[in-house]
Parts: sequence; structure tokens; C-alpha cells
Amino acid sequence: MSDSMLIALPLAVPLIGLLLIVASGRVDWLRDGFTVATAVAMFTAVLQLLPKVSAGERPRLELFELLPGLGITFEIEPLGMVFAMLASGLWILTALYAIGYMRGAKEKHHTRFHAFFAVALFSATGIAFAGNMFTLFVFYEVLTLSTYPLVAHKGTDAARAGARTYLGLLLGTSVAFLLLATLLTWWLAGTLDFTPGGIMTGRVDPVHGSILLLLFMYGIGKAALMPFHRWLPAAMVAPTPVSALLHAVAVVKAGVFTVLKVTVYLFGLDYLAELATSEVVLYIAVFTLLAASLVALRQDNLKARLAYSTVSQLSYIVVGAMLVNQIAALGGSLHIVMHAFGKITLFFCAGAIYVATKKTEISDMDGLGRRMPITFAAFFLGALCVIGIPPMGGVWSKWHLMMGAFDAGYGLVVSALMISTLLNIGYLIPPVVRAFLLPPKDGGGGVREAPFLCVLPLSLTALGCLALFFLAENLAAVLSGMFSATPAL
Amino acid sequence: MLEHLPALQVAITLTAAPVIMMLGRAARLAWLLTTLSCWASFAVALLLFNQVADGSVISYEMGGWAPPWGIEYSIDAANAWVLLIIGLISALVMPFARRSVEQEISESRIALFYSAFLLANAGLIGITLTADAFNIFVFFEISALASYALIAMGQDRRAVLSAYQYLIMGTVGTTFLLIGIGFLYIMTGTLNLGDLAARLPEVSDTRTIRAAFGFIAVGISLKLALFPLHLWLPNAYTYAPSMVTVFLSATATKVAIYVLLRFVYGVFGYEFSFLELSMGWLLMPLAVLGIVVPSLVAVFQTNVKRLLAYSSVAQVGYMILGISFASMLGLTASILHLFNHAITKAALFMAVGCLVYRLGGVSLSQLAGAGQRMPWTMGAFVIAGLSLIGVPLTAGFVTKWHLLQAALEGGMWPIAVLLLGTSLLAALYIWKVVESAYFREPEDSTEVIREAPLGLLLPTLLLTASTVVFGVLGHFTVESARTAASALMGGGSP
Repeated sequence: MSDSMLIALPLAVPLIGLLLIVASGRVDWLRDGFTVATAVAMFTAVLQLLPKVSAGERPRLELFELLPGLGITFEIEPLGMVFAMLASGLWILTALYAIGYMRGAKEKHHTRFHAFFAVALFSATGIAFAGNMFTLFVFYEVLTLSTYPLVAHKGTDAARAGARTYLGLLLGTSVAFLLLATLLTWWLAGTLDFTPGGIMTGRVDPVHGSILLLLFMYGIGKAALMPFHRWLPAAMVAPTPVSALLHAVAVVKAGVFTVLKVTVYLFGLDYLAELATSEVVLYIAVFTLLAASLVALRQDNLKARLAYSTVSQLSYIVVGAMLVNQIAALGGSLHIVMHAFGKITLFFCAGAIYVATKKTEISDMDGLGRRMPITFAAFFLGALCVIGIPPMGGVWSKWHLMMGAFDAGYGLVVSALMISTLLNIGYLIPPVVRAFLLPPKDGGGGVREAPFLCVLPLSLTALGCLALFFLAENLAAVLSGMFSATPAL
Repeated sequence: MLEHLPALQVAITLTAAPVIMMLGRAARLAWLLTTLSCWASFAVALLLFNQVADGSVISYEMGGWAPPWGIEYSIDAANAWVLLIIGLISALVMPFARRSVEQEISESRIALFYSAFLLANAGLIGITLTADAFNIFVFFEISALASYALIAMGQDRRAVLSAYQYLIMGTVGTTFLLIGIGFLYIMTGTLNLGDLAARLPEVSDTRTIRAAFGFIAVGISLKLALFPLHLWLPNAYTYAPSMVTVFLSATATKVAIYVLLRFVYGVFGYEFSFLELSMGWLLMPLAVLGIVVPSLVAVFQTNVKRLLAYSSVAQVGYMILGISFASMLGLTASILHLFNHAITKAALFMAVGCLVYRLGGVSLSQLAGAGQRMPWTMGAFVIAGLSLIGVPLTAGFVTKWHLLQAALEGGMWPIAVLLLGTSLLAALYIWKVVESAYFREPEDSTEVIREAPLGLLLPTLLLTASTVVFGVLGHFTVESARTAASALMGGGSP
């Protein structure tokens, strides 16, 4: 197949899937079947690109030009490749899980739910494949808009209020800051193409560059840097599959992916090091990382705790970008994958607990571990991965981040990462301990594991965390291709 | 034949008007004739546009009298562009009009209505075509008088009052314009625009000419609803019949902006207007206020028609802002927005017309549940709304992108930031409509409300689609706007 076909296919599949899902909306089993089939087809389509990209090629597709030099263009590089594989691969499991969850929790409007899920995955892939900042911006906005109905899904006042915060913050920051930053970049540098080594050197003086960096970092609201992180806890009103795939993987990772993409391909690490504000952003990220962990400690609602944990973990990746060396940036990129597997497992477990028991507060979950051993064992593995303890994948990303911080000579950042690890243990391990070791409060009678379609995906992602410990080297090899200025052909 | 196209352009609609008036009660026939003449005039506009797209100029001597004694019609890329807008909108609004007008206007008045509509149309075309200052005034009055009548035919009794309000303000505006033109005539002895431009430099350092500039600028500003001279507009747009609102919102203010551009660039010239009288610095604060204040007011409106009317005032602010940068890029952005805003706002008002047709009114509470009941109409509203906000891949974005660049080129960062901020305001007021149409349960859920009829829906969808098409394929509009801008700038570009 030609390059353009290879790129167009993963983008076309979810759209075709969308049509099929809507068309078969009245027949439950057919629609659910199409959902899973679309996810599988999309993952397969994305995988076809992997051999080329790991061989150093950069497949490219120019869809159309809006204005001279400004158009919708796709170009696949290692980071985007990994992000697309991650999002589409985990979609398969989430699709299965969503079917079990939506039925088990007796949610309504399944067709609308699965349809917008497909649109969200379509836009996440668009972000991953974007060849210039304009394309990325367009898909970034589509992602925000398409996830709004998913957050507001329940249609209650609380859901609508949460969804309004979600839309307001994400749309507001992106239009006010990100669009402005994009336009200024276009104006100052004359191009928006993602180029290895960046496009700013020699074109934009560091004073403007510093302002641009701040605009970009706050414009990418999906990366949840404080004080624009409120949308993420607000989005927890959504059904759990949404929180799992979108607010632990696709949407938030689209945010930090954009951060990495902007720093590596627009600014370039060397140029970034000259900017006065890169250190400012670094400390904002360190602050977010610690503050969000502290807030997470105090949450009794499991999903809220996980949400603040995500805010904290996203800042690890921003820290990785702002340390401006390759090891740290690699660590940040790895953390996108590691955290995705860990956090999706945790959310899957939270949803399984809700489906099986209707419980959402951690203090109510005492003793559940004996009734739901698989779920809580998976929770434990996911927690270890997020914390970064061997033999889980999470250890490698944190290792690289720490190495990067050492190399850059930021002792403070190293110690902040250490403290945060302790805090991670402090808020992720107690739910497991309470579930296994404390006696159940209400006798716990009649509680059983959630439906098979819920338990299977969470077991698989938990095993995935384990497998990543051994696969990290291969992943790092693919990702390190993003620093080579000229692709090795 | 082809060399008489300029005369034909205005003659078609101007002669059809009295014929239709004489038809009396034959409403359907009146509609048919009006439609045919609108389509014919669109076809002529297309031909003319095609002839001058390469930057050439057509000069037509009315009645064979050579200028500057006779009246000259002169067509360059700039007014061909405006003619195209008028032609396109009137051609599309006619299929929409048939059922909408049948519902909103009593049958005995329909022929009169269409006759007035054609006169308004002919007036606007005439203003755009002519190269004679006094002729501009005459056509302004023709279109204005017809518009007053059209607005007064609205169903709501307040329509009469708002037409009266428009009449007072509009007359003040055209009178100012006439005084200004008179001053110019006293000093130069000519009314031909090209001739004026040639003779003005000799006498430009006089108080009379400066006063003439002031009168003309203020007079036209009233017509184009520049903040704070916009007070006639919200009422007029709110209470006019749906079809009239669509037509006027897309064309009337645009034509006035074109006249302003013609006088500022074509007659007084860049040097006099912007360097000597620093028009840019005069317009910029008004434009900024004109964007911010009406946008804020729009957020608090509960009637969607009025909400969109205030948004129109804000959009005029964008166009004036582009002019105030006094640069090629700014002018291009303004001219571009004439077109992009015309199709966007026409699509929105058409969607509103569809809603009025089925729901009887468009207050936010009446819209509850419209998202499910009229999915196509509301879908069109949402997409055109995105274009109004300026979301990428819509026509509105192409303008905003150029406007922002013009601001940056002029070194005005705060303006660029402000522009993005006001897009958020637009998002807010469009969002209000979306929320009540999609997320609010209708009070009477048993009532059966169907999608708008095809005659109303098709033009709406066509215009909505065009906002996306011209958002994706920006080349065509940007190139045309650039040619138009350089035609206006002529030799006196900065």
C-alpha cells in the first residue's frame, strides 16, 4: 500500500465505524459488535505503519491546503506512532469493557455513547499523525467537542455542570492561548511544520520564544498544568469507560503528547534551553506534581483520587519535556505509555467495583478484596505501575526522568520526584490494603466479581503493565528515533 | 450584449419591480418573476466578476454620455466582489422566501412586498456599480426607502416602530452623505469618483474638504451601523420578516462598508485619509468597542434573532478593525469578511427563519427540544455558528486568521489577544442557543413539530455547506479579496 493509503486508513476506519454504529443503533448486539470490530480494525490499520516508522521512514500525506503553506497534513514520526498505537490498542479493551459496563450499570443512550467514542478516537489519531501545528490544533478542538457529550452523558444537572467546566476550560484555554501561540509561531517563524530540531532557532528571538512557550503550555489545557487542571476532576462525572480511555489515555495524553511534540519539533530542545521561561514551566510542573498528589491523598471518592493522581502524573511528562535533555524527554514519552496502562487498569477496576457494588467511596470498600480478588489484584498491579516499582513498566519511565534530572543538575526536581513517589504509595496502596485486610463493614454479602466483559479487560491491562517492564527497551528504541534530525533511511 | 452588462445588472431588478407591483394579487407569479430576475442578476454579477477577476476595470458610459459629464458605471475587482455577494444572497434567498413570505405576509401584500424587495436589491446594486457620487446618494435612498417598507411589513407591531427608527437614522445618514458630496462638488465641480480623486489633491488642504470627509464618513458609518451609530440595527433585524433579515443582514451593511472603502481609498486616497486625518486611529477604538460591547450585549439576549443582530454589529466591528490597520493585509481581511460574514450570517438567519416557520418564534425558551425535532435546521445553525465563532475549517476562521495576522503585522498584540477573547464571547452566545435547543426538554412534549419544509431547508443547508467549503478552500476567496484590495488601494498603497 502507498503511504497515503496507510495513513488514511486508520483515520477512515473510525469514521466508517461511526456510520455503522449509528446505522445499527437499534440492534444492540450488532452495534456492540461493530464497536469492537471498528476498534480491532483501527488498531490493525495503525500497526501497518509501524515497520516503516521504526525503519526510520516518515510517511506523509497532504490532504489539502487551506492557505499557501497552511494545510491539513499528516506525517508519522515515532512519538505519534506510539501514541496512536496506544490509543487504538487500548480502545479494543475499552470497547469490550464499555459494553459490559454500560449494560451492567444500566446506562442509557448506548448508541450515542459508542458513536462519540469513535469520533474521539478519530480525533486522537488525527492529533497523533498531525504533520503541523495547525492540523494538530484542528483535531485537538474536535477531540474536545466530541468528548463533551460523553462527559455530559448522564444528563443530570451534576453531569451538565461538570461538562460545562470541562468544555469551558478546554475550549477557553485552547482558543485564547493555543490558537494565539500557533498564530504567533506562524507569524514569527513562517511555518508550522513539525521539524526535527525545531523551527524556532534563528527565526524567533528568545524573548518572543519565552512568551510563546508560556502560551503553548497554558494553551494545551489537556496537559492539566495548574491552575487549569479543574476540568479533569470535573470530567469524572462521565461513565467510567470514558474516564478510563479518554481521561487517563486519549484526551490527557493528547495534551502531554502535544507538549512533547511542541517542545521537540517546534521549539527544539537546544532552543528551549535558551529560554528564560522553560525553567518557570518546569517549576510550575513540579508544583502541580506535588500539589495534585497531596490533594489526591485527601479524596475519598475513588475516581476523584485517580483523577488528581492523573493531574500529578501528567506533570511528570511536562517535567520530562522541560528538563531539555534527551533522556528526560524520552522518559516523558515512555511515561505516556506506562502511565496509560497503569491508570486505565485503575479506572477499569473503579468501574468494575461500581458495577458490582454501586460503591464509589474508598471508605466503603473495606473487605471487598476477598469478594472481588481479580479486580483488586489488578488494581494492585496498576498501582505499582503508576508508582513505578519493579517489575512494572512504570519503573523505566521514572528511571529515565530521574536520570534526566540528574544530568541537568536539578537536585530539587530529583527530590520532588522521590517525594511524589512516596505520595503515590500513600494514596494508591491504602485502597488495596483496606480491601484485602479490613473486615467488610456491612458483611459484604452477595457481592461478586463484575461481569466477565469488565473483568477480562482489566486483567489484560494489568498484565500489560507487567509486560511493559520487559518491552520498555524496544519501545525506547522506537521512540529515540524522534531526536534524529534526518531520518535514517 | 456583453458590453451592456453593467447597465443590465441594475436594469433587470429596477424594471421588474414596477411590473410586479402591477400584478396585484397574483402572489405566486410575483414570486416567480422576482426569483427569475434575482437569478438573472446573479448570472450577470458572475459574468462581470469573471471579466474583472484579473484586475482589469470595466467603464460603462450610461446613455452614451462620456464621464465626467455623464454617469459612469465602473467595475473593478472590488465592487464586482460586492455585486457577487448581493447576487448570491438574493438568488439563494428567493427559494427560501416563497413559503416563509406566504406565512408571514398577508396575501394581498405579497406582490408589493416583492416589488419593494426588488427595489431594495436594485438600490444596493446601483450603489455598488456607479462611479458617480450623487448617483450613490440616489441609490442609497432607493434601497433605504424600500427597506423601511420591507421592515415595516414584519408580523410584530413593533416592526413599524423599528422601521421608523431606521428611517430617522438612515435619513440622517444619507443627508450627511449628501452634504459631504455637495461640499466636494463645490470645491471641484465634479461628481465622478475618478475625476474627484484627480482634482482633490489641489484643494485637499481646505476646511471644506475636511468637513466633507467628516460628513461622508459619519453618514456612511450610520448606514453601516458602526458602533455607537448602530442603534437602528437590532430592532430592524429582529422585527423584520425572516427573509428580509436574511437579505439585509448579508448585504446592506456590506454595501455601506464598500462605499466607505471607495471614498476613503478611491476618492480621498490613502495619504489624505490615513496619514493626514489619521482615520485609522479614529476607527480603531470604535471598532474595538463595536466588537466588545455588542458581543457582551448579545450574550444576554433571549431572542435569537436579536442575539444575532447584535452579533452583526460586532461583526461590522471586525470589518472596520481590518480597515483601521491601514494596511494591505488588514484591507484584505475586511474585504474577505464581507463575503465570509455574508454567507455565515445569511445561513444563521435562514436557520432562524426555518425555526420561526415551525415554532412561531425564536426566544430561547421556545427553542427547547428543537435539536431533536428539527435536526437538520439546528445542525445548520450549529455549523454556521461555528463559522461565526471562527472555528478552523469554516469561512469565519479564514477571516480571523488574516485579521489576526494584520494585527500582528501592525505590531498590535493586545488587539490580537482581544480578537481571540471576543471569539470566546461568540462561542458563549452560540452555546446558549445550542444548550436550549439540545439539552432542554420542551414544555409540551406531546406537540408534534416537524422539520422545516424542503424549500426553506435546502437554501439553508446550501449556505451552511458553503461556509465549510470556503473554510476549507480558502484560496479562492483570499485571492479575490486580495485582488479587490489592490484594486481599491490603486496607486496609493502604503
